Amino acid sequence: MASKRKVGEAKLEKEELDLFVDAPPDDDDDEDEEDGDTSDSEESVYSGLEEEPSSSEEEQEEDDDSSDNGDDGTEETPDIPGPTTDDTTGSAGTSSMERLDNRPQPDEYEFDSSDEEDIRNTVGNIPMEWYNDYPHIGYNLDGKKIMKPAKGDELDEFLNKMDNPDYWRTVKDKTTGEDVKLTDEELDIIQQIQKGKYPEKAYNPYEPYIDFFTHEKMIHPVTNRPRDKRSFIPSLVEKEKVSKLVHAIKMGWIKPRKARDDEPKYYDIWENDNQYSPDKRYQTHIPAPKLKLPGHEESYNPPPEYLPSEEEILAWNQADPEDRRQAFLSRKYDALRKVPAYAGFVKERFERCLDLYLCPRQRKMRANVTAEDLIPKLPKPRDLQPFPTTLSVVYEGHTDVVRCISVEPTGQWLVSGSDDEMLRFWEVATGRCRKVLQLGGRVRSVAWCPNTAVCLVAAVVDSTVIIINPSLGDKLVYHSTDNLLNTYEAPESLETKLPVEWSAAEGRDYDMGIRLRISHPKIIRQVTWHGKGDYFAVVMPDGGSMSVLIHQLTKRRSQNPFRKSKGLVQCVLFHPIRPFLFVATQRYVRVYNLLKQELTKKLMANCKWVSSMAVHPGGDNLIIGSYDSRLSWFDMDLSTKPYQTLRHHKRALRQVCYHKKYPLFASASDDGTVVISHGMVYSDLLQNPLIVPVKILRGHKVTQNLGALDCQFHPTQPWIFSSGADTTVRLYT
Amino acid sequence: MGRLMQKKYESGAATAYITRNRAINYLQISLPDFRRLCILKGVYPREPKNKKKANKGSTAPRTFYLMKDIQYLSHEPIINKFREFKVFVKKLKKAFAKAEHGRVQTLQENKPVYKLDHIIKERYPTFVDALRDLDDCLCLVFLFATFPQTKNIPGDFVQRCRHLSVEFMNFIVAARALKKVFLSIKGIYYQVEMQGQVVTWLVPYNFGFNAKACADVDFRIMAHFVEFYITMLGFVNFKLYTSLGLHYPPKLTFEAKVKDDDEKNAYCLESEATGERLAALSASLVSVVTQNTEEDEVELDEFEDSRTQEAKQEEEKQKAFQKLFNGLKVFVSREVPREPVVFTVRSFGGEASWDRSVAMGATFDESDETITHQIVDRPKSDRQYLSRYYVQPQWLFDCVNARMLLPVEDYFPGVVLPPHLSPFVEYKEGDYVPPEKEALSRRQQGLDTGDTVSGEAEDSDEEEEEEEEIDDEDEEEVEEDDDEDDDDDDGEEEEEEDEKQIVEKRTPNKRKQDEVPNTPPSSIKVKAGKLDYEDASSKASREDWEARKLAIMMIPKKRKRLFEKLSKRERRKKHEAKKLTAKREEYEKTQKDMKKKQKLSNK
Repeated sequence: MASKRKVGEAKLEKEELDLFVDAPPDDDDDEDEEDGDTSDSEESVYSGLEEEPSSSEEEQEEDDDSSDNGDDGTEETPDIPGPTTDDTTGSAGTSSMERLDNRPQPDEYEFDSSDEEDIRNTVGNIPMEWYNDYPHIGYNLDGKKIMKPAKGDELDEFLNKMDNPDYWRTVKDKTTGEDVKLTDEELDIIQQIQKGKYPEKAYNPYEPYIDFFTHEKMIHPVTNRPRDKRSFIPSLVEKEKVSKLVHAIKMGWIKPRKARDDEPKYYDIWENDNQYSPDKRYQTHIPAPKLKLPGHEESYNPPPEYLPSEEEILAWNQADPEDRRQAFLSRKYDALRKVPAYAGFVKERFERCLDLYLCPRQRKMRANVTAEDLIPKLPKPRDLQPFPTTLSVVYEGHTDVVRCISVEPTGQWLVSGSDDEMLRFWEVATGRCRKVLQLGGRVRSVAWCPNTAVCLVAAVVDSTVIIINPSLGDKLVYHSTDNLLNTYEAPESLETKLPVEWSAAEGRDYDMGIRLRISHPKIIRQVTWHGKGDYFAVVMPDGGSMSVLIHQLTKRRSQNPFRKSKGLVQCVLFHPIRPFLFVATQRYVRVYNLLKQELTKKLMANCKWVSSMAVHPGGDNLIIGSYDSRLSWFDMDLSTKPYQTLRHHKRALRQVCYHKKYPLFASASDDGTVVISHGMVYSDLLQNPLIVPVKILRGHKVTQNLGALDCQFHPTQPWIFSSGADTTVRLYT
Repeated sequence: MGRLMQKKYESGAATAYITRNRAINYLQISLPDFRRLCILKGVYPREPKNKKKANKGSTAPRTFYLMKDIQYLSHEPIINKFREFKVFVKKLKKAFAKAEHGRVQTLQENKPVYKLDHIIKERYPTFVDALRDLDDCLCLVFLFATFPQTKNIPGDFVQRCRHLSVEFMNFIVAARALKKVFLSIKGIYYQVEMQGQVVTWLVPYNFGFNAKACADVDFRIMAHFVEFYITMLGFVNFKLYTSLGLHYPPKLTFEAKVKDDDEKNAYCLESEATGERLAALSASLVSVVTQNTEEDEVELDEFEDSRTQEAKQEEEKQKAFQKLFNGLKVFVSREVPREPVVFTVRSFGGEASWDRSVAMGATFDESDETITHQIVDRPKSDRQYLSRYYVQPQWLFDCVNARMLLPVEDYFPGVVLPPHLSPFVEYKEGDYVPPEKEALSRRQQGLDTGDTVSGEAEDSDEEEEEEEEIDDEDEEEVEEDDDEDDDDDDGEEEEEEDEKQIVEKRTPNKRKQDEVPNTPPSSIKVKAGKLDYEDASSKASREDWEARKLAIMMIPKKRKRLFEKLSKRERRKKHEAKKLTAKREEYEKTQKDMKKKQKLSNK
C-alpha cells in the first residue's frame, strides 16, 4: 500500500503541473476528483493490483487514479516529490524514470502527463509518415522547425552495424526519428513477453488475496452516518396502497389466485359410446397396422435350429442394416439374468412413432388366396386321350436344319425338306427313307397334295415351285397322276401378264420325279394346297402387289388375286370348305371371299409378328402362332379378336397345326418343344371351345437358337410329326 | 357446343389431396407445430391411388394429406393454444432479457396449457376403438416409465407414465386378463385380452438409460406421442377400473395393515410409499361395490346344442386358465426381475413375495414354510427348504404359455433349460414346427405325460423315421423339380436334363433294394435282362405333376404375376422350413454323438 500511495502522489503532482500550464479554474479540479470518487470506487475494491508494477505509464496512471481516491488524507496534502522519491517506488516506476534519465538532453518534460508523452515532438498524434519527405518533424514553441537527427546513408548504417556493439539493441523512435538504445530492463521485458510470460519477472500472479474490507465483523460501522427519520416512521404512501388492497379484498374485487392444478383429471369419457353412429371420417380412417408378433427366433432361449450359424452371423454383420431380414441376431442365454439390455429398443420405438405419423397409408385389398387356388381347374389330360405322348420314331438322314415336313393324305408317307438342299421321302411306319431328291437349293416349304387321287408334292426352292411325283404308294395312283399331267395342252392364247413361267421337266429331272417347275420373280416363302388339290397358293413376301399368287395345276394357269398388297404377307391358307382365303400379314389376318372377291373379315392377331396359322377342319376356328411366343385362338363367329391367347412357349412359335379328326392342335417353337393341346369345338354355338394343354413334347435340341421348326399331325392317327434344327424328324404317338 | 372446357386439376384427386407444405401454409403454423398437431390428432399422410393426378401432373416425390383432414385440423382449438404459447415464449424471453423477475413469475403462472380430452373422444369415439389402438400406447408408456428426466423428457412425463403403467398392471392382475408372456431378447412381451380385444405390448428389461444407443432418436417427437398416450391411457384406465367396479385411482385393501408394518422402518415419504406399494402388485385393490364377480356373470342357458356345449367347455377352460397359479405361493429371489414375475404370478391367482429389503410390499418372508415355489436364477443356493420347489423363472412363463402347470424337473436351478418358445406363432400347414412344440401340444391333449426329449423315446422314433425316409425321397425329388421349373428363367433344356436325372436317380434306388450287391462290376457277362417295372404310384404322381404344370400354363395373364409371387413365397417358406429341420437334425445328431462319447468314457 505504501509504495502505491507514493506513486499516486507523484502522479497527482504531475496533474497539478499540467493544470498550471492550462490554467483551469480550481472548481473543475474538485469536480474531477468527485467524479473519480463515484465511478472508480468499485474498481479500487476489485483491483488487487495495488502493488502491481505496470510497464506502461498509462496503466500506472489508472492505478493511481483508483488508489488516490481511496484515501482522502493524502489528496489534500500534496507534497512535491523530487526525482529521488522514485527510487523508493515500485520497480516499474524506476525503469521508466531511468530511461528518461539516460536521455542526453535535460528533460524539461519530466513531469508531464502520459497523454503527451514526448512533448518535444509538437506535431501531435498524427501518422508520422506524413513527415517522411521532410527534413524536420514539427515545430518548436518559437515556430522553428525541429530538425530530424542526421540520418546516415547505407554505408554509415553498415559501419554503425559493424562498429557499434549496441547496434542490436538500438531502436528507432518513430516520433522523433531518434535512435534509442534499449536498456537491459527493457530487453528483459521484451524477452519475457516473447516467452509469453508476465513482462515483469518479479511479478507473482498468485499472491495471497488480501481483503479490502476484512471479512470479520467489526464493531464499528463503515460509515457513521445517523439514520434518517423516515426510516422510523411507517410510509404513508404504502399505507394508502395497502388500505386500497384491503378494501378491494373486502369488497370481493380481488380474489386470491387459484392454485394451478396440472394434475390431469380422468373421467368416463366413453360414458354413452353405444349411442355413437360412425361418421364418414371414422369410416375412412385407416388404422395403422400392428407390429408383427415375435417368433421363436426372438426368444432369449430359442430352439437350437433358430440360432444362426457362423456364416450367417458373418453375413448379418456385413450386410447393410437396411438389407437385413432380421433386425437382431438370435442368441441363446442359459439364464434369464444373463440377458443384456437390447441396444436398439428406443430406436425401434422411435421408428415406430415415425411410421405412425409419417408413413402414407393406403387401404389395400389383399388377395386371400394361395397359389394353388389360382391354378384353373381343367379336365385331366388323362380323360382327354388320345393324344401323342411318347417319342416313337426318329427319322434321321438330313444333315442340316429340317425346315418343313408334310404328310401324305393317307398317312403312309412323309416328306421333309431341309437346308441341305435335299427332299427326303420317308415311310412313316418304319422310318425308312425311300427317296432322296437333290433340288439344288434350300427347301423352304413342302406340301403334299390333299387329293388322294393324285400323288403330287409341291416343294419350294428359292423362287421356284417344283411339282414332284414321288412315285410312292399305289402304282395306279402315281401313274394316273403322270397321265393327268401329260394330258395338258397349252391353250392357244397365252394372256398371262404375270412374270410366272411354267415349265415341264424333262430328262434326268423327270426321272427323279420332278414334273413341273414354276419359276417366280421373287423368293417364295410358302406353298399351300387348296383342299380339292387343283389349286395351290404361293407367298412371296417381297413380291409387292404379287405377294400372293394362286396357281391352277390342271390348266397351268396363275392368277394374282390382289391388286395391291396390304402389308408383308406371312402366310396364306385356303378355307377347308368354303371359298375363302386367309391371308396373314404381320399383325392382321384378312379373310377374303374368293367368289365374291371381297374382304369378309379382318382378324386382329394381337401380336407383333404372325409366323404361322392353321384353320380348324370345321372352318370356324383359327389359330395363329407368332414370333412373340404367343398362340391366339380365334373363334370367328365370336369376334375378330382372339378368344384366348396362350403363352405355352418361352420362345418364338414356328408352326401351328390342327388335327383333322381329333380335337387336337399343336404348336412348335424355337424352345425345342411341341405343345399338344386339346381344343374341342362344340357344334353348339353357345358353348365356347374348350382349350386344355395336354402334353409338352420335348426331344428337339436347340441348335443355333432354332428348336422345332415344323409340326404336322398324322391325318388319321393321333400322332404328330415334328422337324427340328437338330436335323431330325420325330414322330410322337 | 357452348360448354366450356373443364380445366385440368380442378377436381378429383388434385383437390382431394394436399401436399404437406401446402397444408402448412393453409394452417399457417410452423412445421414443428404441424408435426405435433398431426401426432396429437392422429392425422397421417395418405397414398393417393394416382400420385400423378394428385400431384397435378408432376411426378416429384411428395407426401399427401387428405384435404378433408387438413380442413378438420384447421378447426382444432389446440392450434390457438399453439399460437398463444408462441406469444407466451416471446413475452417470457423479453421479461428475462429485461430481468423483470416478477413478470417472469406471473407469466409462468399463466402459461397456456391445453387439454387433449376432446381429441381422445374424437379419435376414439368408442371404448373398443381405444383398446384396439392400445398396443403402441402401452409400449411407449412402459418404455418412458424407465427413462430418466432429461431436457427433452419432462420429469412429470416419466412419473405419470410410471403411475399409469402400474395402474394398468394392477387392473390386469385384478381382471386376470393376461393371456401370454414371452421373454424375448428385446424385452418381455405381454398379451392381454380385454373386451374381446387382444393387446400386446413390450416392456424392456430393467436396465439403465443408454444415451449412446439413442443418439439419433428425436425425443421431442416421442414426447409428443407420450403426451397423447398419457391422456389416453388415463381415460382407458379409468374406464377399465370402473367397468370392473374398482376404485379409481386405485386403493389397496391391506393398506392400513401394511402401513403399520412399514412405518417402523420408513424409508420414504407417505405419498411415495403408497405408490411403491401399488407398484409392488402384491395387494389386491379396493372395489367400489362389494360384489362377487364370479356369481354375477351371466350363465349360458343350457341347450342341447353342440355349439353351446363347446362354448361352455371353452369358457370352463378359460376359467381354469385364469386360476392357473391358484394356491401357489411363490417367493422371488433377489436376482430375479421382480416385476414381471410377480405380475405373472398374481395375474393367475398366485401369491408372490420377496425379501423385505428388496422392495416394499412384501407379504411373507423366505422362511415361510407354506411357500410352494421359489424362483431362483442362480445355479446353486446354499440354503434350501425341502418343502418347496426351486425353479428358474422360465417355468412360470412356460406354464402360462402352455396353459397348464409343467413339470418342474426341467426347470431346476443349474439345469439346461428347455427352449422358450414364442406363444405368438401360429402354425399353418407346411410350416416348421419345433419338436418341443409338438411335444407340448401332445401333452396338452393329454396323450403324453412323460418327458419327451429323453433318449429312449427318440430311439423308438428312429426306426420309424428311417422307414419314412425312403418314402420321402421320391416326393422330395418331385418337389425339387417343381422348384426349378418354377424359376423358369432357363430354357427347357435344363428341365429335360433334370428329368433324365430323375429317371437315373430313381433306378439305382430300386436296384439297391433288388440287386445282390456282391457282383463285381468288372466281369463282362451277359446277364439275363430284368424287367424294369415302372412304379405305378410314381407314374401317377408324375402325371399329376405334369398336369399341374400344364394347368399353370393356362393361368390367365392377369393372375400370372400374382401366382408367381405367391408360389415364390411358398417356395421360400418351404425352403426355410427345410433348412430348419436340417439344422435340427444336425444338432440332434451332434448331441447324440456327444452322449455316446460320454457313455463310452463313463464305461
